[in-house]
Amino acid sequence: MLMSAPLHFQTIAELSAKLSVGQLSAVELTQAMIARTKAVEPRVHAFNSFDEADALAQAAASDARRRAGQSAGALEGIPVGLKDVIAVAGQPLTASSRMLANFVSPYDATVTQKLQSAGAVLHGRLNCDEFAMGSSTENSAFGPSSNPWDLTRTPGGSSGGSAAALAAGSAVATLGSDTGGSIRQPAALCGLVGLKPTYGLISRYGLIAYASSLDQIGPFARTVEDAAIMLGAIAGHDPRDSTSFKTSLPDYRAELKTRRGPWKLGIPKEYFGAGLDPEVGAAVEKAISFYRSQGCEIREISLPHTQYCLDTYYIIATAEASSNLARYDGIRYGHRTSSAKDLLDVYQKSRAEGFGDEVKRRIILGTYVLSSGYYDAYYLRAQKVRTLIRQDFLNAYREVDALITPTSPIPAFKLGEKSADPLAMYLCDIYTIGVNLAGLPALSLPCGFTQSGLPIGLQLIGQPFREADLLATAHAYEQAHGWNTQFPSL
Amino acid sequence: MNYEAVIGLEVHVQIKTQSKVFTRVGAGFGHEPNTLTDPVVLALPGTLPVMNKAALDAIIKAGLLLGCDIAPICKWDRKQYFYPDSPKNYQISQYDQPICIGGLVEIELPGAARNVMGEHKKIPLTRIHLEEDVGKLNHHATDSLVDYNRAGTPLMEIVSEPAMHTAEEAFAYLTSIRNTMIYGGISDCDMEKGQLRCDANISIRPIGEKKLGTKVELKNLNSISYVRDGIAHEIKRQLAVVATGGTLIQETRDYDGVAGTSQSLRSKEMAHDYRYFPDPDLMPVHVDDAWKAELQGTCPELPFDKQRRFIADYQIPYTITSVLIPDRELSDFFEATAQLAGTGRAQVVGNWITNDLLRELGAAKLSLSASKISPANLAALIQQVDAGTLLNAAAKEVFATMFATGDTPAAIITRLGLAAAPTDAGELESWCRDSIAANSKALAEFKSGKESAINAFKGPIMKAAKGKANPKLVDETLRRLLAEA
Repeated sequence: MLMSAPLHFQTIAELSAKLSVGQLSAVELTQAMIARTKAVEPRVHAFNSFDEADALAQAAASDARRRAGQSAGALEGIPVGLKDVIAVAGQPLTASSRMLANFVSPYDATVTQKLQSAGAVLHGRLNCDEFAMGSSTENSAFGPSSNPWDLTRTPGGSSGGSAAALAAGSAVATLGSDTGGSIRQPAALCGLVGLKPTYGLISRYGLIAYASSLDQIGPFARTVEDAAIMLGAIAGHDPRDSTSFKTSLPDYRAELKTRRGPWKLGIPKEYFGAGLDPEVGAAVEKAISFYRSQGCEIREISLPHTQYCLDTYYIIATAEASSNLARYDGIRYGHRTSSAKDLLDVYQKSRAEGFGDEVKRRIILGTYVLSSGYYDAYYLRAQKVRTLIRQDFLNAYREVDALITPTSPIPAFKLGEKSADPLAMYLCDIYTIGVNLAGLPALSLPCGFTQSGLPIGLQLIGQPFREADLLATAHAYEQAHGWNTQFPSL
Repeated sequence: MNYEAVIGLEVHVQIKTQSKVFTRVGAGFGHEPNTLTDPVVLALPGTLPVMNKAALDAIIKAGLLLGCDIAPICKWDRKQYFYPDSPKNYQISQYDQPICIGGLVEIELPGAARNVMGEHKKIPLTRIHLEEDVGKLNHHATDSLVDYNRAGTPLMEIVSEPAMHTAEEAFAYLTSIRNTMIYGGISDCDMEKGQLRCDANISIRPIGEKKLGTKVELKNLNSISYVRDGIAHEIKRQLAVVATGGTLIQETRDYDGVAGTSQSLRSKEMAHDYRYFPDPDLMPVHVDDAWKAELQGTCPELPFDKQRRFIADYQIPYTITSVLIPDRELSDFFEATAQLAGTGRAQVVGNWITNDLLRELGAAKLSLSASKISPANLAALIQQVDAGTLLNAAAKEVFATMFATGDTPAAIITRLGLAAAPTDAGELESWCRDSIAANSKALAEFKSGKESAINAFKGPIMKAAKGKANPKLVDETLRRLLAEA
């Protein structure tokens, strides 16, 4: 890492070291983040809201803890941004929707509490596609975010704000959520590390549900080490989430140095077909060559049900979404129409006015596939195919330790380029959704740039609850390359 | 043509737990609106349900009491419909895999007279499943307010087979379920508090016909007598439709218990599509044999079994058991007292409980457990009367004091000076001799075998003793002297 990187582009590891020796205070760091955010935010629009006073108060509290000898660890005093689908008590929680434009959460998500007890300074609510549905942030009711590497392009989505803020230097790390690629694809498009943990490793309590059986919170970070620090802070069983898993947790950061290859790596042939941008393909091939040069055994494998991933995903995810979003009805909170004549009118108009097109599209699709007479043909069949898709991966893991694929078939595309064509947009997730259907951990890390200077992401897919191995595999690549020492010029 | 009615009941029973079924906030009745809520109950964005084990324990116990098979896996589904009382606009319920399957509910039909046990039948159950209750809408002139205190209360739905044929059977079925649930400590089943609710599916068919007729679902049977009246009314309505050449339609009707009428809510075409699907927020729960055995150990004797045992073991009349049995606490109190009071005194115990104790409880508006009466004290009181150390009239006063203070009968008798007087044997004997001498007619009758004639001597003796003579001693002394006379 270049020592000359400005403060706002430094890593958790670097800043934490400076904070711990008193070279920097949390208040100074937070002030620097605020100044940077004010400078770039008009161009990037990564945030839905930013509570400056609250962030500075948290930073002052962190400094006080440190003076009292009560530093909570690596995240003490580190400014971390949260996607606007994660609840923070007393802060807005909008899901980038008109429906929740004025909603303030009265309670904390479990990850929020965990980050707070780790000493992090939580600042800002990060933009995303409405209710995390989309791949570009263009579905946000508050306007899209821009990719710091090229402001005319998307940072990806749905956690685009989380990626854009980090890439632009408005945060040291951020959290996103990943239902079909919503962390990994924006990480790839913005030149960051993005980790989608195993389903059940991170509590979903306080995460606005899109598709409950697929959603998982995960970190965006500048380096694999930072991702390991973030994961360590947020992972673990939560009695408030029945789907969170009881498992012992390794020290992810320490394990980076102890877990070494060579690994057996699988190349799923279905992930290198038509639609893959040649520059992306070439960068991924180079990464594969690197691993081979390190003594890793590279084996082509097959995930034969890959072709059904997209269809399966759009049945299961929309079915769950249609149910999860039923609570937004204008009765207890959220947008309520001002022109209702009766109860049905309250529901219909509030929801018609509160939700955007993509959300409505998915609610309608999900309602349809669960309807009497269609359930068996769609939802039930999709669940069976989902089992086959998971089995594909588990079969592959009898032969190999992890899989290597591109994260996104294409680098960042122009804002507006795909917004009129939902199906083209859905194809952005073609390499990422299988992982969610199978409940596996996967991360995206930078593996180069296109000739026009856009970041390219490499996806590593791991085995259930073996994030430590996945991170170590990524770390080995990152140590030898250093793509993350390049920053967008903003 | 003669028709018979076919009735199936869907009974909702609120389970009595400390907290709600999918979150930690307390459950209860009669609190300020919207005080028993938390982010989960209000379905705030991002909240998740977590199952309350006590609710699952209770429904498994209910299933064991009613002889159901307990499913090895408890699985959750979402039942989806929009209504303001449902915060998520879906209800977490069980669709295709209920936790309890089958089972039987024993019922008793009215007997020929009040003191005669009626016919017993067993009504088969289809299933019992667990779900969450919804909130409550309060309608005002221009708006409606929602109270979510009830939302998320554990609720079980007990579904019977269409196996009943009269309103009386339905009434008896509901009564039996209520008694069983109260016995199991599963619910208080107070219909006024909505802890027990009932919908009925009713159809008619020509006698002899096997196929079920067109079904009407009758809702809002909000009291146990509305259940009987509503069903009777619906059967009459259906018979009238058929008698006038009309056709019954499949519909849901709302019963108005005050007016004694019903009106159509919706027809079959308007029926909801609930779009059930497995709830992805809740993991299925395995119910193993050890868990079931543990709950089996907490199951009490069923009310009808207890009634049969009381009649056989304590030789008490049906009428008394029919007062005691519906109340588990009262019947346990009876049994404890009867065992202390000694052989052959069970009916006396029953009389004290069904007459005096219930009257005092009613007047004081107290529950038995909240009152100060104890089986030991009641048994001691009965023994004092039996021993002749307390007169019946005085015993009533002692009982009332005992009820009010919880003191022992001995202490009360001493304090109030109610003991039958310790009579001087010589004085008593002279009173007896005087009384016999004064009534030669009664003496002759007694001598000729008329046993009851002895009572004619007792009045003057008691008068002489100012009412405080020990009646047992009086009786003994009289008999001895009469034998000599």
